[in-house]
Amino acid sequence: MANPTLHDLQHPGSEEAHVPHHPFLQHHFEDLGQQHEASTLGMWFFVAQEILFFGGIFAAYTVYRVMYPAAWSAGAHHQNWRIGFANTIVLIASSLTMALAVWGAQGAKRKFTTLMLVLTLFLGMTFIGVKAFEYREHIHEGLFPGSAFTYVDHEHPELTRGVELFMLFYFIMTGLHALHMIIGAGLLIWFIRRSWRGDFGEEYYSPVEIMGLYWHFVDIVWIFLFPLLYLIH
Amino acid sequence: MPPKRQIRVGTQWMYARDAQRALEEAIRVSEDEQREHGHHVPFIRKYVFSTDHKWIGIQYAITALTFLLIGFSLMLLMRWQLAFPGRSMTEIPIIGSFLVKFLGQSNVPGGVMLPEFYNQLGAMHGTIMVFLAIVPLAVGAFGNYVVPLQIGAPDMAFPKLNMMSYWCYLPGGILMLSSFFFPGGAANSGWTSYPPLSIIATQGQTIWILGMVLLITSSLLGSVNFIVTIFQLRAKGLTFMRLPFFVWAQLVTSFLLLLAFPPLEAAAILQLMDRVAGTSFFLPSGLVISGTPLTNAGGGNPLLWQHLFWFLAHPEVYVLILPGMGIISEVIANNTRKPLWGYKSLVGAGVFLGFMSFVVWAHHMFMTGMGTVISAFFQTTTMIISIPSVIILTALIMSLWGASIRFTVPMLFALAFLPMFGIGGLTGLPLGLAAADIHLHDTYYVIGHFHYVVAPGTIFAMFAGIYYWFPKATGRQMNEKLGKIHFWLSLICINCVFMPMFYQGLAGVSRRLYDGGAQYAHAKPVIWSNLFISSAAWLLLVAQIPFIFNFFYSIFKGQRVGANHWQATTLEWAAATSPPLAHGNFAVAPVVYRGPYEYSVPGYEAADYLPQNVPDEPALPPATGGGMLGAAAVAQKES
Repeated sequence: MANPTLHDLQHPGSEEAHVPHHPFLQHHFEDLGQQHEASTLGMWFFVAQEILFFGGIFAAYTVYRVMYPAAWSAGAHHQNWRIGFANTIVLIASSLTMALAVWGAQGAKRKFTTLMLVLTLFLGMTFIGVKAFEYREHIHEGLFPGSAFTYVDHEHPELTRGVELFMLFYFIMTGLHALHMIIGAGLLIWFIRRSWRGDFGEEYYSPVEIMGLYWHFVDIVWIFLFPLLYLIH
Repeated sequence: MPPKRQIRVGTQWMYARDAQRALEEAIRVSEDEQREHGHHVPFIRKYVFSTDHKWIGIQYAITALTFLLIGFSLMLLMRWQLAFPGRSMTEIPIIGSFLVKFLGQSNVPGGVMLPEFYNQLGAMHGTIMVFLAIVPLAVGAFGNYVVPLQIGAPDMAFPKLNMMSYWCYLPGGILMLSSFFFPGGAANSGWTSYPPLSIIATQGQTIWILGMVLLITSSLLGSVNFIVTIFQLRAKGLTFMRLPFFVWAQLVTSFLLLLAFPPLEAAAILQLMDRVAGTSFFLPSGLVISGTPLTNAGGGNPLLWQHLFWFLAHPEVYVLILPGMGIISEVIANNTRKPLWGYKSLVGAGVFLGFMSFVVWAHHMFMTGMGTVISAFFQTTTMIISIPSVIILTALIMSLWGASIRFTVPMLFALAFLPMFGIGGLTGLPLGLAAADIHLHDTYYVIGHFHYVVAPGTIFAMFAGIYYWFPKATGRQMNEKLGKIHFWLSLICINCVFMPMFYQGLAGVSRRLYDGGAQYAHAKPVIWSNLFISSAAWLLLVAQIPFIFNFFYSIFKGQRVGANHWQATTLEWAAATSPPLAHGNFAVAPVVYRGPYEYSVPGYEAADYLPQNVPDEPALPPATGGGMLGAAAVAQKES
């Protein structure tokens, strides 16, 4: 009768005690299923936390919108909704490629997954580029708050200060959203490398999946930002 | 079919206890081997950037206790100014001249504390105590060390996040402390940092915000980790209603941290922008400071900060108290040797408390001119939230009924917790009613109220926890005699500190007065109590000396004790004495057969406690022979 090994002792009752475990299975999880459940759950709670984070700023936005409705309407008129709409399409397309990357990873389609991740990165960067262009236009118009704020509303001069407050919210909300996108892009570069190396397969795809959760969440934030900052007058 | 009590290990069946011993032996052999061949975990990975929840818990405990002492010392300095307004600190016996030199001419010119410095001490006392001492101790230290052991898990679900959580906390704390050395000193706008004062304040406030962002990040990483660990890594058979109440308390606490902190983080970023980027999220129009009008856009609303702040800070109050209640429950069940009274109502009350804590925040803001409808709403929710607190306290008191209590040191602290928390809670009710709050708001009554909750309440619970789990962490017991001296002196001093504050507050003495109310006629009849409170506070420091000595002495010289020193039922006591670092927790993954508090089970004669991991079947004679220990040691070499 074979003597029990350290592994056997640490995992009693395991039928496959001698089968070497998956290289990405961390030692404190029973199996990849549990590891997958844990990491997915962790990302969901992280997203819950993010919702509350953006929620705080959305609450502040709502309070000031109610306080200064006319200024908010005037501020929204300075946004080019066509650019915003095009950017929304770009972002939704990146969500599609991200979802396809998850599907590819689950099916161990190495090249397809990598391609989809690269596309996601490309679309995300396009969004950031367009956003930078919009920022440049606003700064050019003197709409950047603080000492650079030179804009004057000639029709309703009393709204000028209110428009500055609106632009504060515009820059902080889109800025924090863009920061999330940039962090996501950094993660994508790392994941492209891992995917090309062939780390992901039918058994182990949770990193791509939770990356997807994060990416979709950041997209959804934009889906709220777009109407609030561009469309409602 | 082998008997039920045995477990399958590889191709063999063996007793859980034998397997446990075999594994401990195997680990010992493997450690010896690693030492010989130099394959051990490097020092820096084992003790500095450790991913082992036990060591991270100990790191948190040591750091948080240090901050607790620092926060306490800041208050002791303030108490000198309150007891002897305007008297030079050089008059303090023995350490006076050293203190004055240490604090510097810019803060205490001629030994007399400047009002600005007094404000810094006040703001930093609150910040350090809440965010750097109590929360890290209650959640970071006890949560980390005890929760995975109590649920029978090998580690936290995300060990690296756990490490990052500590390494966000420590720099955040150091950053906070370093702000004392910036021009203008540390943050001085109170721990609540109300704008516009905080936005026009000195540089220290910026450091405060940056420090808070690090601390909030640390808390968020920690809370995600705790929730996932408790959901995913519970031992087989450990259903939710078999969880020790401490784990429940940590779970609710983690949800509070997860959902309450992010809005404050958002608000902190907005305030940071107001300070450094010239925005005006919280700055109203037409603000004039020392005759100079502010150039900001204006139009902001300072009240918005208060809402966002208290949306965090009220749940934070329950973050402070819930882990304490959890510890007290464990200690009381263990030392009364009977099950907790009303475990289900405890759990229900804890969860309900968590929900309700999100809808009471504006009771901190009755004085901001809110309408009667809103204040009626928040008064009602505040009265409702007192119900679960009372349920918890009642259940704990009922647990004492008819018990043959063991008066160990942790139990003494637990017993003191009950009336202390009771006083703290009941004195809160008048503050939750707008009519009474108009008189009591921002007086020493408020100080007395919440310090009764967190000082003789939570901190006593923390002491109970330290004395209770010290044998698990170190394999040694803390000295009982020194512990009792520590307990009795602390209990007397701490009541002498906080009880007179109710009296001062009812007389109308405001809380942030630099001279303790000396210039106000209405404070005259109660002003003498300032010296009394201060003396008691300084004696309270003396009372901590036996604890500090005991703590370090017992680590090295304390009496050695077994794995289950308190004869407890929960899973952490099924792990080895001082479980080895970087090796997981349990030799054999434990299986749970019953609830957490099976003490004095009728019909069970062997002992007055029945651990969660002992099977129901009566003991059977061993089916396989011995010799496993040696076999396992050999097997280790093969693997």
